[in-house]
Amino acid sequence: MSQVRPKPVSQQADLLTVDSLRVSFGREIAEKAVVRSMSFSLRPGRCLAIVGESGSGKSVTARALVGLAGRHADVHARQLSFDGTDLIGLNDRGWRRIRGNEIGFVLQDALVALDPLRQIGKEIGEGLLLHGAVSSREELAQRVIALLELVGVPEPETKAQQLPHQLSGGQRQRALIAAALALDPRVLIADEPTTALDVVAQAHVLALLEETKKRGKALILISHDLAVVSRVADEILVMQRGEVVERGTAAELFKDPRHPYTRQLLDAVPSGRPRGSRLSPSTIVRSPGRQTQPPVQSLPKSRPILLEATSLVKHFKGPDGTLRAAVDGVSFELRSGETLGIVGESGSGKSTMARMILALDEPDEGAVQFAGRPWTTLAERERRARRRSISIIYQDPLGSFDPRWTVGRIISDSLSSDVETRRKRQERVIELLDMVGLSQALLDRRPLELSGGQRQRVAIARAIAPNPAVIVCDEPVSALDVSIQAQVLDLLGDLKDHLGISYLFISHDLSVVRHISDRVIVMRRGRIVDSGPTEEIFRNPLSEYTKSLIAAMPRLVREQEIGQSSTILEEGIA
Amino acid sequence: MSMLAEVTVSRPLRELLAFARHVPVRVAASLIIICFFALAAVMPKVLQTHDPFAIDLRSSLQSPSIAHLLGTDQLGRDLYSRLLEGAGQSLAIGLGATALSMSIALILGVAAALSGGVFDSILSRIVDVLFAIPTLLLALVFVTVFGPSVLTEVIAVGIGTAPGYARMIRGQMLSIKGTGYVEAAKALGHPFPRIVWRHILPNAMNPLTAMTTIGVGQAIIWASALAFLGLGVAPPAPEWGALLNAGRNYVIYAWWLEIIPGLAVTAFALSVTIVGRHIQARLEGKS
Repeated sequence: MSQVRPKPVSQQADLLTVDSLRVSFGREIAEKAVVRSMSFSLRPGRCLAIVGESGSGKSVTARALVGLAGRHADVHARQLSFDGTDLIGLNDRGWRRIRGNEIGFVLQDALVALDPLRQIGKEIGEGLLLHGAVSSREELAQRVIALLELVGVPEPETKAQQLPHQLSGGQRQRALIAAALALDPRVLIADEPTTALDVVAQAHVLALLEETKKRGKALILISHDLAVVSRVADEILVMQRGEVVERGTAAELFKDPRHPYTRQLLDAVPSGRPRGSRLSPSTIVRSPGRQTQPPVQSLPKSRPILLEATSLVKHFKGPDGTLRAAVDGVSFELRSGETLGIVGESGSGKSTMARMILALDEPDEGAVQFAGRPWTTLAERERRARRRSISIIYQDPLGSFDPRWTVGRIISDSLSSDVETRRKRQERVIELLDMVGLSQALLDRRPLELSGGQRQRVAIARAIAPNPAVIVCDEPVSALDVSIQAQVLDLLGDLKDHLGISYLFISHDLSVVRHISDRVIVMRRGRIVDSGPTEEIFRNPLSEYTKSLIAAMPRLVREQEIGQSSTILEEGIA
Repeated sequence: MSMLAEVTVSRPLRELLAFARHVPVRVAASLIIICFFALAAVMPKVLQTHDPFAIDLRSSLQSPSIAHLLGTDQLGRDLYSRLLEGAGQSLAIGLGATALSMSIALILGVAAALSGGVFDSILSRIVDVLFAIPTLLLALVFVTVFGPSVLTEVIAVGIGTAPGYARMIRGQMLSIKGTGYVEAAKALGHPFPRIVWRHILPNAMNPLTAMTTIGVGQAIIWASALAFLGLGVAPPAPEWGALLNAGRNYVIYAWWLEIIPGLAVTAFALSVTIVGRHIQARLEGKS
């Protein structure tokens, strides 16, 4: 790329200086501002990570740095400057000169941030046109393709002509980064750039960011996941409720976390923790309600087969009219009391399989047997009565709740009709809420009024309400912050122990699957490429694909390991 | 003891006040306008200052004054009284036509969305064809054939506006049919009719409350347009559209004959819309 001005990494002057930044909205008092006394400075070729859960103020901080905190935001700082230019009180025109040109901003949600009706190339080229950086159409096209190449999008010429929905999630995210890099800004701010991506795509994007840093850019990385930032970040700020509670290098923080919140975030990362150990500090499930079983520890082999899929095939018609096999001859069995993890990147056919197991989609070939009896081949009328034995937990709990219904009604609707009186149903609902760690004060709330973690807990309560034998969990934690994810994983583990439920746990996140599963199936393009007991799969994976997935897992990287892990990663990508 | 009595007596009143305090000013104002016209529709005599049909050529085309609040027309009839006299017919047309078109649209839209397949295609094409004919043209033909009256206007406007609603209802139903919560209900083993009744219909109807209230105002305007073209309710009746039509010839000398009936249509339509929106927001729990 010709337009990359070589900037010496040794240049020690601060590029971005923030001193006592405060952002508040409306008439909030200073102590309640969304961001309070935030200070840091950033040099070229360095990466600062801001880590914290949703609502901690990290995104607002990032937006304030590019003057996009919003019209109602009140931004104060003792100093806020970019390369000697004071950013406080800058007018719109001043900001436009800085934004894109000097500070690039990568938005969180690649699908939303890209205009669905515009070609990728146009989106990337827009900044170049606006700032008059190109003189001709040909030059623009060349620059766009060079940018796509730089961020590692395959077939850049073709992709530049395509619309966002024709690209995969990882490619979209990279296109966004390309758009942010178009004007060769000196600072790049990335807000949760890898959330919603599967592990492989995530590893690619992180490698790209690391490379960008090595080329002399100053990087601000925002994430809820310490493991994600640990490889790239030179300094980490841990934010909680608008304040920086701890700061330090990755190595310092991981070796000796001072603040309890940092420790909590570290504990929440499932990779590198013993399988099945507790990830969250919350108390375990109270009052299991019915029979208290001893934790399941016996050999899975001795247990009866609950769910058996034999050579499932499902085709979908592609946009060009040809049939494409989303699931192509998948067989597996789920034993009673067992957790079977199904791993694969997006588009590998995991969710299609979940729908077939729930008998919401009919397989084109093959069949599922449930408890030794036919399941998918039954007529809907015969199946209906037994449907409650298989529950589901979705990735997006909000979409799976009727927005008009209260929490109480949602859970009660799922109770078996054996619970007859109103009073008994009510009692059972409260008991279920208690089991998932929610207060009964939420009974009359509607889904929109709940936090992400609360919603997923309600979804779990609904799933266990009919006393199912199997729960299909379709990416149940991928939309959650790491700390909330830890709580939900712990909850699922506790419920399994207490209620003897079997899980079919579908996820793109290997560390999560490894943490919770007894056995694992790895899927790719509709086929099973690896399967076996969890430890075995992770210790010596058979297929190259599984190996690359494992290599791409985000880990908490301590300083001495940094060089080592990036080589693993590059191998994984190659 | 006496204090306790005082508390219990004034409680309903206080609750009413507390409730009223939560109602935004625009909604309260809209409610007052609706109540006023509704009263006029039911008992026009109570609010009238003059006989709406009494001709008094000595005071023709007078501008609004104390004697004639909204002025008089070319025959010296009191516009204010005539406006109230016409409220009944206009409101009947507005509400009747909307009720009719919503009913037709519900049947067509729900049937199309739930049946799917060939039946859906046939119904949708019929609706498309109806949609392609301008509402006014359809209404014109209908009124010409069956002769002008309140009932034919209701039917004409009702049928004319139905295709748009039918399409919207079908689209709503289809999008709700594909949501996660419908699938979740299926996975729970609920029979389909129950899912339709408890999830699909209520959620699909949600945007309809607002559409209906907007529709009432729209229907009055359609009816006025018909009357304006001389196909409205027979001349002596001071239906709002007829008033607009009659005022047309004098608009240069007597602006009030044109502007005031127009404002009455707008005010009522706007009020119904504002109240409808408020009710919808309340139902959705957003307040």
